[in-house]
Amino acid sequence: MSAVSLHGVDKRFGEVHALDGIELTVDSGEFVSLIGPSGCGKSTLLRVVADLEQPSAGTVAVGGKAPRQARLDQEYGIAFQQAGLLEWRTVTENVELPLHVHGMSKARRRARAAELLELVGLTEFAGSRPSELSGGMQQRVAIARALAPSPRLLLMDEPFGALDEMTRERMQAELLRIARETGAAVLFVTHSIPEAVVLSDRVVVMSPRPGRITDIVGGRRPGGGDPTDDPTDLAPDDIEDVRESGTFFAAITAVREALRKGHG
Amino acid sequence: MRSRTPLAAVAGFALLVALWELVKLLVPADGVSVGGTRVLPRTDDAAMPHVWTVLARLGDPEVAGAAAARPVGVAVASGALFTLGLALGGLVLGGLLGVVLALVMHRVGLVERAVLPYVVASQTVPLIAIAPLVAGWGGKIAIAGWAWQPWASVMVISSYLAFFPVAVGMLRGLTSPARADVELFRAMAAGWWTTLVRLRLPAAVPHLLPAVRLAAAAAVVGAIVAEISTGTTGGIGRLIISYAQSATGDPSRMYAAILGAAVLGLVAAAAVGALDVGLRRYRGSVR
Repeated sequence: MSAVSLHGVDKRFGEVHALDGIELTVDSGEFVSLIGPSGCGKSTLLRVVADLEQPSAGTVAVGGKAPRQARLDQEYGIAFQQAGLLEWRTVTENVELPLHVHGMSKARRRARAAELLELVGLTEFAGSRPSELSGGMQQRVAIARALAPSPRLLLMDEPFGALDEMTRERMQAELLRIARETGAAVLFVTHSIPEAVVLSDRVVVMSPRPGRITDIVGGRRPGGGDPTDDPTDLAPDDIEDVRESGTFFAAITAVREALRKGHG
Repeated sequence: MRSRTPLAAVAGFALLVALWELVKLLVPADGVSVGGTRVLPRTDDAAMPHVWTVLARLGDPEVAGAAAARPVGVAVASGALFTLGLALGGLVLGGLLGVVLALVMHRVGLVERAVLPYVVASQTVPLIAIAPLVAGWGGKIAIAGWAWQPWASVMVISSYLAFFPVAVGMLRGLTSPARADVELFRAMAAGWWTTLVRLRLPAAVPHLLPAVRLAAAAAVVGAIVAEISTGTTGGIGRLIISYAQSATGDPSRMYAAILGAAVLGLVAAAAVGALDVGLRRYRGSVR
């Protein structure tokens, strides 16, 4: 069963045609990035999947369910550009939030939060306030929070957009490792071509007015990659090799050309 | 930072006393007149008694010469306590009303648009005008066999002033969470109630605390004015009036009552300070 499937999805905000005839399927465990210039509807597309916007036309399925049902069942976790941690809660309590909202007992919440903080490497900050953490650490807490209900799908809207380049690259490696360990599919919105390429199995290139998909480019293992070689089977160290590999640059070029084509 | 607040209050009081005595020392007893118009007030002992005279008056009997009479200090303290009780009652009543009103206005946008202008308008009606009305209505009702008491009118009028800042501050606080935070709760499938309890109320605290502080001051003023305009006896408001009537002969007694009213305001503010401490965890949450 696919994690996300969209057929003929249209979205209009009055006169603005935000999404036009979107066809996209994200397989379970697959990492797919949405890239394109501002106003191409990539965030809107993510929000349609998250049931934060209703499509004007077309069908959307998230884990085989209608988006609303998927949201109510916590089929997905979500993270935005701003970590959006609640200042009056400790790091642990922030991670627990989705579980708390759904009435899980305190003992089980605590255990799950400890597990997640371990996963994102913040165990020693469990009792800290969000304001005591750096931007990258806050974003890791936000990712842990998104993962708390063990979703099969992670929706991320430019989660590393506010981070400096060094932190950003480290977070990308972290995210790949986490996605592999949890087996969750990821739908990832970004502005950055290298980020999209290094993270993704597939890069979905979009163009504005109206927002549509112009191309889908292979990510880390574009084109000639060994089909038996599972692209999600990367060790965290491998990502640094990917950044310097020829296929990486080839993929970047492919995405860049697709973006230019979409504009022209 | 916090611990310096009482110190600053004491310093402020000392400064005020020093200023009072300085004016008394420097300005001639007849005041200062320019071309027949007096620009600075008289400073003789009848107009501006010494601070120590006022303080000493607290220990003297209320009516000079009468042996059985209670000291002025006791009269002022019991009057202030009576009024404090009514003001705190008014604050609680008005605070609850303000919070409920803000919640309803937040929940139903139509109510906000319909009610908010009247909430604002309510504060432009002079208190003196509504006080007799409340007292008049109150006199005609009995709730479950309990006959309306004059002090209940005072409390209601006090709450009438107190609800306003709370309603406005609370409404502002409820709408303060960022859009992304609200969407996060929606994405987590949290309902209105959960979002209220886990997000909006904690986020409202930094807006609510200064509002309650304003409301406490308003409740005290409201209680004192209401006592005077409804003729309720037993409180500091009545005491100020009755002492003021004999101020020519006994000025320090009136100032003693005014001092009592000032202390009353400080105690009410301190009560809110306790709330501040209790909600410390949520205080820094404005983003």
